[in-house]
Parts: sequence; C-alpha cells; structure tokens
Amino acid sequence: MWQAVHEELAPFGLSVITIAIDASLAAPRPYVRAAGATHPSLVDTEHRVADLYNFVNVPTVLWIDEAGRIVRPNDVHYVSTEYSSYTKFHPRKPLQALRAWVRGEAGALAPELAEQPIDQLVAMPTSTDQEARAAYAIGWHLAQIDGKSDAAERWFQRAGELAPHDFTIRRGSMPIRGIDPAGPAFFEMTAAWRDAGHEYYLALPDLKTSDDDFEVEPVPETDIASIRAKDQRIREDFAT
Amino acid sequence: MTTWTLIDEQRRMTVEMGADLRLDPSILGWQRKPEGLCRDDVCIPISADKSLDLAEIAHLLGRPMVIDHDERIVALAASATERTETWRTGMAPDFELPDVDGVMHRLSDHRGRKVVLYAYASW
Repeated sequence: MWQAVHEELAPFGLSVITIAIDASLAAPRPYVRAAGATHPSLVDTEHRVADLYNFVNVPTVLWIDEAGRIVRPNDVHYVSTEYSSYTKFHPRKPLQALRAWVRGEAGALAPELAEQPIDQLVAMPTSTDQEARAAYAIGWHLAQIDGKSDAAERWFQRAGELAPHDFTIRRGSMPIRGIDPAGPAFFEMTAAWRDAGHEYYLALPDLKTSDDDFEVEPVPETDIASIRAKDQRIREDFAT
Repeated sequence: MTTWTLIDEQRRMTVEMGADLRLDPSILGWQRKPEGLCRDDVCIPISADKSLDLAEIAHLLGRPMVIDHDERIVALAASATERTETWRTGMAPDFELPDVDGVMHRLSDHRGRKVVLYAYASW
C-alpha cells in the first residue's frame, strides 16, 4: 500500500505521512507493523489534524509541495485494489498523477486545481461543523473516564447530529462506543446517507475513477468477509 | 468557584470558575493591554477588569462553545472563519502528532520535500 509508494517515490523527494484517526496509538499499530511501514505513521487521537484540515471521512489525501503549499486539497484516493469493486475507487489515475507530480512532469497537476480558489474545490467548515468538533471533544474526554460512557454517548450523538456528513465523528466514534464500525450500524448509516441523496466519499473531479480504469486494470472482487478475517489475523499476529 | 475541565480546541485543562463561567483571561493566553484583551496579533476591544465571561469571548471570537453543566466541562472550538482563512492562504497548517510508537513528528520537518498526507483509520 503506502509503503510501496514510499519506497518507490521517496528517492524522488516524496515524504509519505499517514495519519490514523483512531482512539489509541495501539489501534493502527498492528497494521503499520504488518505493512512494514518505514514512513511516518502518525495517530490523531484528539482529532487535532482532522480539525485543522477538515477531514470528514477516510481515506482523505492531500498533496503539499516543497514550500508547504497545498497543491491538491482533500481528495479520496486508494492505492490498492482491495476495496475497489466495493467503493468504485480505482487506484490507477491517482497513482499515475502522483508519480507524474513527484517527478516534476509538466501538466501533472490539473489546471483547475491551480485556477480555482481552494474554497471552491473543497467544503469549508461551518460554525456548526466546528460546534460538532467541540461536542466530539467533550464526548472523547468523557469516554476516557470510568463510568461516564452514558454522558459520552450523548455528546457523540450530538456531534453526529450537528455534522451528519462527518464520518470521522459518526463512524470514528463507533469503536469507542462499543459499536462495530464495519458492522450493520455502519452499513445502515451509509445507506441512509446515500438514500438522502448525499455522496459518502467526496472526491475531486479530475482523478475520479471511470469505467476504463477497471477495463485497463481489472480488480479482484472485494470480499469483505475475507478482508475482515485478514485484518483480524493482523491484529492477533502484531498485537504488542 | 468550582473546578471545570476546559477544552480549548484539543487542549484540555483544569480551571477554577464560578457558575457564571468567568475566569482569568490569562488562562486562555489573553493579556490585558490598553487596547483590550490581546493574544498574539489579535486584540478584542473590551474592558476586562478582573475576570472574563467565557461566553462573551467565544461570541466575540466567533468560536462555538458547548457546555456540559452536569459534568462541568466547557469546550471551545476554533472559529470557522479562522479555519477558512487558513485554507485561503493555500498553506498547509503545521502540526505535531505522535507516531504509533509515541515519537513526535512535525509536518514542517518535511519542508523542502513534496508531502502526501494520507488520513485513514483502523475502523
């Protein structure tokens, strides 16, 4: 996954930095170990970077140039095909574009990214979104105190009501609340969200997957059950 | 005075406040100056005598505030305007986070290289 991208492109000047939006350093650790990651593998337990960069779902990817300028704001890229047939996101165009950008090829960045103001490309946080972050912060604080899980639950619910599009809150809080984040509650939540006419993944238009991606590079059928079984093995094999 | 937990963005602290949510502004990093209450380059033109009403300062700064009276917790979020202005500069805000082993890393350590930030989760 990102380790392969790191190995391929670090010599050309790319730093891959992954950020797990998880409730503990231990939660993503087995996956980082299993991947043999040698790039910075960070954890945002407090939703600090989620707040700074308005992350509302995962995966979210940003490209930042040598001067610290955001040249590609919040987008949805996968770099493996494991989930492609399920999510309909194919890694082909994002990986091609990333290689071209890192190698400094002309035209690697779509002109509309430079021409359009950044606040037209991605949603800016509203006051209500920020209020949701404060509500989440109270829930997260209470969740770490013995005997306060009911009070925490009310704040997690409140945060989700304030920012129903923010799945780092609605889904990200599920493991803290004792709910399976890849179980029925998750599938019901995403189905209701899509039935209401919303997109679950907010992707920029220029690298969006099209049918030809699947024709040029066929992908395996996503097998959720076997992926979950594999993840379970990773958690057991790399438990520390 | 009672003990409250104050969450200033993601920073948690314990403060002594009355039920009217007045507190010493220096706790939040605000200093009294002739032009009002100031922090960094920002000044709020209010006369602050002894203490500060949290709700008032949150309102003046456009910062959403939520309160849990039962648990005595107040959380102040960053203002949406401030976040939007940061986006409009086009610059990636710096941050410091631990890696899975607890070692701290800063984004700015990678200045001079291209960076891909990839947010994911174990869930």
